[in-house]
Amino acid sequence: MTGEVTMPIQLDARIPTGPIEQAWDNARFEMKLVNPANKRRHNLIVVGSGLAGGSAAATLGELGYNVKCFCFQDSPRRAHSIAAQGGINAAKNYQNDGDSIYRLFYDTVKGGDFRAREGNVYRLAQNSVHIIDQCVAQGVPFAREYGGTLDNRSFGGAQVSRTFYARGQTGQQLLLGAYQALERQVDSGQVTMIPRTEMLDLIVVDGQARGIVTRNLITGKLGVHLADAVILATGGYGNVYYLSTNAKGSNATAIWRAHKRGALFANPCFTQIHPTCIPVSGDYQSKLTLMSESLRNDGRIWVPKQKGDKRKPDQIPEDERDYYLERKYPAFGNLVPRDVASRNSKAVCDEGRGVGETGLGVYLDFSDAISRLGVETIRERYGNLFDMYQRITDEDPYKVPMRIYPAMHYTMGGLWVDYQLQSTIPGLFVLGEANFSDHGANRLGASALMQGLSDGYFIIPYTIGNYLASAKPKPVKLSDPAAQAALAATEQGVAKLLSIKGKRTVDSFHRELGKIMWDDCGMSRNAKGLEEAIGKIRALREEYWQNVNVPGSGDDLNQSLEKAGRVADFFELGELMCIDALERNESCGGHFREEYQTPDGEAQRDDEHFSYVAAWGWTGPGNPPELNKEPLEFAYVHPSQRSYK
Amino acid sequence: MRVKLTIWRQKNPATQGKFVSYPVEVANGEMSMLELLDVLNETLIEKGEDPIAFDHDCREGICGMCGFMINGVAHGPMPATTICQLTMRHFKDGEELVLEPWRSAAFSFVKDLVVDRRAFDRIIQAGGYISISTGSAQDGNNIPVGKEIADRAMDAAACIGCGACVAACPNGSAALFTGAKIAHLGILPQGKPEEDHRAVRMVAQMNVEGFGSCTNIGECTGVCPKEIPLEVIAKMNHDYLLGAWKERKEVINAIAPVTDWTFEGK
Repeated sequence: MTGEVTMPIQLDARIPTGPIEQAWDNARFEMKLVNPANKRRHNLIVVGSGLAGGSAAATLGELGYNVKCFCFQDSPRRAHSIAAQGGINAAKNYQNDGDSIYRLFYDTVKGGDFRAREGNVYRLAQNSVHIIDQCVAQGVPFAREYGGTLDNRSFGGAQVSRTFYARGQTGQQLLLGAYQALERQVDSGQVTMIPRTEMLDLIVVDGQARGIVTRNLITGKLGVHLADAVILATGGYGNVYYLSTNAKGSNATAIWRAHKRGALFANPCFTQIHPTCIPVSGDYQSKLTLMSESLRNDGRIWVPKQKGDKRKPDQIPEDERDYYLERKYPAFGNLVPRDVASRNSKAVCDEGRGVGETGLGVYLDFSDAISRLGVETIRERYGNLFDMYQRITDEDPYKVPMRIYPAMHYTMGGLWVDYQLQSTIPGLFVLGEANFSDHGANRLGASALMQGLSDGYFIIPYTIGNYLASAKPKPVKLSDPAAQAALAATEQGVAKLLSIKGKRTVDSFHRELGKIMWDDCGMSRNAKGLEEAIGKIRALREEYWQNVNVPGSGDDLNQSLEKAGRVADFFELGELMCIDALERNESCGGHFREEYQTPDGEAQRDDEHFSYVAAWGWTGPGNPPELNKEPLEFAYVHPSQRSYK
Repeated sequence: MRVKLTIWRQKNPATQGKFVSYPVEVANGEMSMLELLDVLNETLIEKGEDPIAFDHDCREGICGMCGFMINGVAHGPMPATTICQLTMRHFKDGEELVLEPWRSAAFSFVKDLVVDRRAFDRIIQAGGYISISTGSAQDGNNIPVGKEIADRAMDAAACIGCGACVAACPNGSAALFTGAKIAHLGILPQGKPEEDHRAVRMVAQMNVEGFGSCTNIGECTGVCPKEIPLEVIAKMNHDYLLGAWKERKEVINAIAPVTDWTFEGK
């Protein structure tokens, strides 16, 4: 694609030079500081209250900034980080099993299939150890050994035990830690929490991000909030697929509208399909439920060797079962990374060996672990997950193997940010899943929590000061033409959606879009399918703007209207995901292009042509997006064919 | 299978509410209560009627956003289950299900099945935390916590803040919610320094919000989707008594409850 509208942007990732071990220390030393008396003169906006947003708002409040934090739910404690189950990685090496910061860094770069920035990942591994300390001090009830020390478990893509956990509710407990720190700042007056409010536009004044346009979801009132910098921590865009493990409210509107104001969107096609979710059961299905990756510590994945074998699992003898991950990947076995596990599940189901009524499922079997460790140990480790599985499926996983199938789970792509987590709009910072930065083309398990908290607790508090002290944002007024124009445009957008009053509901469009995305831009992709998908999305979007029915008005709680705006953005983002997937003529991590695979069906990277971050620019409605490239350099972990054999 | 949903419809706190009945077809037993409402809402929108407003988000029983009464029971008939995970196989063909919002003086009404639970956030603001700023923590393993203590703390920390305990309590008490946080933090060594002060402030805030007093009925723990044990209330009372005696303060400053949605001030 050529840039007819604007010149390609020179992307400066601001990665510090020098040895990687000292890079973050050096960068912090070189950053400008804001003195304590001046901090209280700065107003900051944080959108989102999950692990990244909550920890950022709390920490910035502790430092003395005036912070406004926004979330669309009724309380910041509801953010979807809360649903993370398995754990959080940290290079503590408490287990004395060979872990180190360097090894976590190495595993993450390799796990991401060499499409992440080395500098960012190294810093993430360094911060991981501080995160555990901070969370313990906050009272997060991590699992303990009898002697009182912290316990660990293993996760996919690693051969060491470095995952800290709180039963199967690690995300909940870490989020409550951040939430409590946040509420402490609300109590002290440093943070103003604004719930049930969503961001609908970004206000850019003289090239700097200076505020947001919001809609109060209870009163419907639109508002303008101004600040010296804006921090987006609004999570990922997995709900483009309609069915995903994301919360129903998770959406891309904040980052997408910032994209339309000039923030580049990086690697949109890098999405993660999680291998262990409860299979789909019917057309009414509203979301997919994850079964934690930690289950693969003790569960063994298998399907019948024979196609169409409809016998019950306990009637299939051992020698007629195919433990395909253990067979193909003896070194990592059931703990291969997520992209590899998902693709293999799909492959055996495509061969006709899938289980369950739909044939889209594989067994996750705990019978060996139960006979080895006893029911009680298994109950202690996974009790709440087994209960959840039983509640949904009415089957007892202590007796019958679980049935699982891959589902859309996480998005590695997101707004492009530099090493300081600043987007291409000065003063707009992006944290957590909303940015693209650390996981490359595939995220390892238990690393999302790590990244969210690293960004919020330990990176933004430094980099925001550096920005404020160097950019010195000037005073800005509510009457500023840019603020008023953004408000007026938002008003028109809301009115437009309400005025169509067509025949189809928002959800029916969303389901149809999700199906296109899952079929053609899901677990495996090819050029023909992607080209067709782009056409179908465009046609469906056109119909949407003619025929969607958003009931009610804009002046009260109107959940259909909230969804309508979000789905409108998903159409545009979905198209960009397909364009990005089509442009990247290689397979890497979660992006599997059928045309590019090794003879034994593994992802075939093309480092010569695609070792870059694809950062797309918005060029106006209907115009082709503009591709900017940030080349990736690997000075420490040398790109190789990923092998988990 | 078909069920009759009799649902509380009320546009806003200023208007009169009433029950309206809707027959709904249940596709299969694996369908959740909220998915049944989704299906009903789709048909309402197609008919040009207002869909039913209800709070929900994660739909896997952990965010605490969803919740309403089904036939007078908070989160419906299944123990340890939020309504988003309540599957329809537990109901009979032709059954009538009456859906009502949480009713409590401290949870002001918003719309249909939606209420305002910000009082819970203010209870947490009143000391429901350990005061440790980012960066000042020591090594995690320097604070040994026995497994039994860690497990007890986790039992209490599992609270999802949904509000079922308040809705179920004949007194509208928030003792289980407040006690859960006091117990979670108070039994861990990290939470000990603020143990007394925390209980005194959080209880004062609970009272200011208009929650009722606890009379140990136990309905709260019965409906709690996370089965928070009643003992957390004993722990709260213990810490409160001891804390009030040690602190000997005449006046405890509570946070002023806010019920409007203007987000002005502060």
